Amino acid sequence: MTKVEKIEINDYQTTNHEFLAPRRTRLKEFWHLFKQNRLAIAGLVIFVLFFITALAGLFLTSGHDPVFDPALVRLQEKLRSPFSQPKIDTLMPHEIPTVGVYVMGTDDLGRDVFARMLQGAWVSLTVGFVAVGISVFVGIFMGGIAGYFGQNHIRLDHILMVCLLFAAGIFIAMGEFFSGSAFLIVFLASVLLLFRSMNKMEMRGMSKWYGILKKDTISIDTLIMRIVDIMLCFPSFFLILTVVALLPASIYNIMIIIGLTSWMGTTRFVRAEFLSLREQDFVTAARALGVGNFRIIFRHMMPNAIAPVLVSATIGIATAILTEAGLSFLGFGVPPPHATWGNILSDGKRFIFDAPWLTFIPGIAILIVVLCFNLFGEGLRDTLNPKLKERH
Amino acid sequence: MEQTISSNNSVLKVNGLKKYFPVRRGFFQRIGGWIKAVDGVAFEIEQAKTLGLVGESGCGKSTVARLILKLLEADAGQIAYRGRDISKSSEKDIKPLRKEMQIVFQDPYGSLNPRMTAGQSIEEGLRISGVPGKKRKERIDRLLNMVGMSYGSADRYPHEFSGGQRQRIGIARALSVEPSLIICDEPISALDVSIQAQIINLLKDLQDELGLSYLFISHDLNVVGYLSDQVAVMYLGHIMEYSRTAELFENPLHPYTLALLSSVPVPEPGQKLRMQSLKGDVPSALDPPPGCKFQGRCTLVEEQCRNQEIDFYDAGEGHMVRCWKVVKK
Repeated sequence: MTKVEKIEINDYQTTNHEFLAPRRTRLKEFWHLFKQNRLAIAGLVIFVLFFITALAGLFLTSGHDPVFDPALVRLQEKLRSPFSQPKIDTLMPHEIPTVGVYVMGTDDLGRDVFARMLQGAWVSLTVGFVAVGISVFVGIFMGGIAGYFGQNHIRLDHILMVCLLFAAGIFIAMGEFFSGSAFLIVFLASVLLLFRSMNKMEMRGMSKWYGILKKDTISIDTLIMRIVDIMLCFPSFFLILTVVALLPASIYNIMIIIGLTSWMGTTRFVRAEFLSLREQDFVTAARALGVGNFRIIFRHMMPNAIAPVLVSATIGIATAILTEAGLSFLGFGVPPPHATWGNILSDGKRFIFDAPWLTFIPGIAILIVVLCFNLFGEGLRDTLNPKLKERH
Repeated sequence: MEQTISSNNSVLKVNGLKKYFPVRRGFFQRIGGWIKAVDGVAFEIEQAKTLGLVGESGCGKSTVARLILKLLEADAGQIAYRGRDISKSSEKDIKPLRKEMQIVFQDPYGSLNPRMTAGQSIEEGLRISGVPGKKRKERIDRLLNMVGMSYGSADRYPHEFSGGQRQRIGIARALSVEPSLIICDEPISALDVSIQAQIINLLKDLQDELGLSYLFISHDLNVVGYLSDQVAVMYLGHIMEYSRTAELFENPLHPYTLALLSSVPVPEPGQKLRMQSLKGDVPSALDPPPGCKFQGRCTLVEEQCRNQEIDFYDAGEGHMVRCWKVVKK
C-alpha cells in the first residue's frame, strides 16, 4: 500500500522585503490610468473651474453689499451687448459694473448678466450635488438592504405593523390625534411582542392565529426591486413637474424632489454588486470572525461596490443640473428674483433676435458643464473597469 | 499513544450532520427535490490533532465546513464544540464561540478584501477579540511574523502579494482571534507545489506552537497523509471510511478508499498502478441510488448493496467503514 510520504522542504520563512512587489497604491494606479484619457482630464479641469467659479459666485453676489449685484436694475442700460462700455454719465456711482464693462451684457431690465450667471452657477452646483447626494444615499441604503438581506422574507405580521404605522401617521396628519395615538400604541405594543417572541421559541404553541401571522410573504429583495420598477415606470420629468406644482417653489424642494426621483439606478447597481460580493470568501471570513452585519455592509462590502455608484453619480449630477435648468426654464423652478441658468435662458428667449447673448450664454454654460460631467464620469468608468487591458 | 476514535479530549464532535438543499422548479418555485449535500456525517477532532477530510469535488466537504462554522444552518444532527451542542444556537448565542473556530479558504485571491490592507484585515479579528487600539499594531506585526511575513506587509493591499503570501495573511487573520480549531478548506490546492509545502509546514509548526486542532479538507491524499492524525473519506454526503491515518493508508477497507489510494501518483518511474481507476462519474446528489451510495462505481457490487442502506460498521480499533463486504467478513 501507499506509504505516507514525508514532505521535505526547506524553511518556509522565505518572505523578505525583496519578495514584495514595488509599492503602488490604488490611487496612484488610478491616476496613472486616468491621466491617459485626455477628454476625461478636460472634463475634470472644467469641473474644478466650475466649482471654483460657483464658490466665488456665492461670495461675490451675496451679502449686504455684494461685489457683483445680480439684482441691480438699470433700466436705461437694458439689452446692452457683451463687453459694451457703460454710459457713465447716466449711472449712479454704485451702478457702474465692477469690472468696468458689461462682460456678458445686460438683460431686459438692465441687470448684469455676468453677475446673474455667477449667482446661477452656485444654484446649479448645489442642485447637482445635493440632489445626487440624496439619490445616492437612498440608492445605497435600498440597494444594500435588497442585496444583503434580500433573501429574508417579509412576514404577514410585518406588513400588518407597517399598515398600523401608516394608519397612525395618516390620522395624526389629519389632526385626529386620539385615533392616531391609539394606532401608534397598538403598533408599539406589537413591536414589543415581536422582540419578546424572537427570544422565546415557546410562543409557537400559543395559537394557530399566531402561526398565520408568522407566514412568509414576498422576499425583501422582491419588494424593493418592484418598488424600483414602479418608480421607473413614471416619466421622471413629468413626475417632478407634478410634485413641484403641488409644493411651494423653493430651491430646497427642487433638490429633494430631483433626488427622490433618481435613486433607482443606484439601487440596482448596489444590489447587483452586493449579490456578487455576498458570496465572496472575504465576506464569509468576516462573518466567521463574528463581525456584525452593519460593519460587514459598510466596512467590507461598500468600498468594493462604490466604484460604479461613483460613476453613475457623476453622470447623475449632469442630469440633475439639466433637470433644474429645464424646470426653471418652464417656470417651475427656483422663484424669479433669484437667478439660475434656467431662468436667465427662459427670460432671454423673448429677445432671442435682439439680444441673442441672453440665451446663448446660459445655454452654452449648461452645455459645457453637463458635457464635462459626462466626460469625467465616462473616464472614471473606463478607468475603474477591472477588465481594462492596460491594467495588467 | 494514539487512541481510538472516541475520547474525552475532543474539541469538536459532529454527529448525524445533515444538510439538504431544496431544488425549486417551475413558475411557482415549488420544491422539486432535495440535494443531499451532507447526509449523516459524524466525526470527532481532538485537542491539537488534525482530521483530514478527503473526497472528490462536490461530495459535500466544504458544506461540512460551513455547517460547523454556522455559516449555514444544519437541518439535523449535533455539532458539539467542547461538549456544547451549537447546532441549534441562534446567531447571538454563537457570537462568543465564533472566536474559537476559524476558517482558511481555498482561493487566496477571493479570501482577502481587495480594499483593505493586510493589517486592516487582521485588525478586524483583533477588534472582535477586544484588543485595545494601541496594542493592535504590535499584535499585527507579531501575527504576520508568526506566519513568516515581513514587517512591511501590514500596510500593503492584497493585490501586491503573491498567492502564497495571501494565504499566509489569511492564516494570520484566522489566528488573530486565537482560535482553538481552524478549518482549512483546501488551503493549498490553488497554490504551486513548492508553496504548498511551505504552507503545510507552516500549518504544522503553528499546530505544535499553539496547540491548534485542524479540520483539513483536501483532495490530495499525500498531504492529508502527512498532516492528519485521522482521516475521513467522504463520498456523496456520506463518510465512507474513518480511521487513524496510518491504519487507513495501510489497511484500507472500503473499495472507494482503495480506488482513491491507488490513484495517488507514486514518485517512482516505471511503477505500474496497482488497481484500475474508477469508472463513471459521481451520481447526482439530487437523486442518489438506494442502498450504498457507491454501488454504481464499485467493482465488488452485490445485490445487497443495491437495496439495503448501510450504516457505519466498526471493523476493529475504531476503524469505521460503510460497506456490506466488510460487514460480511
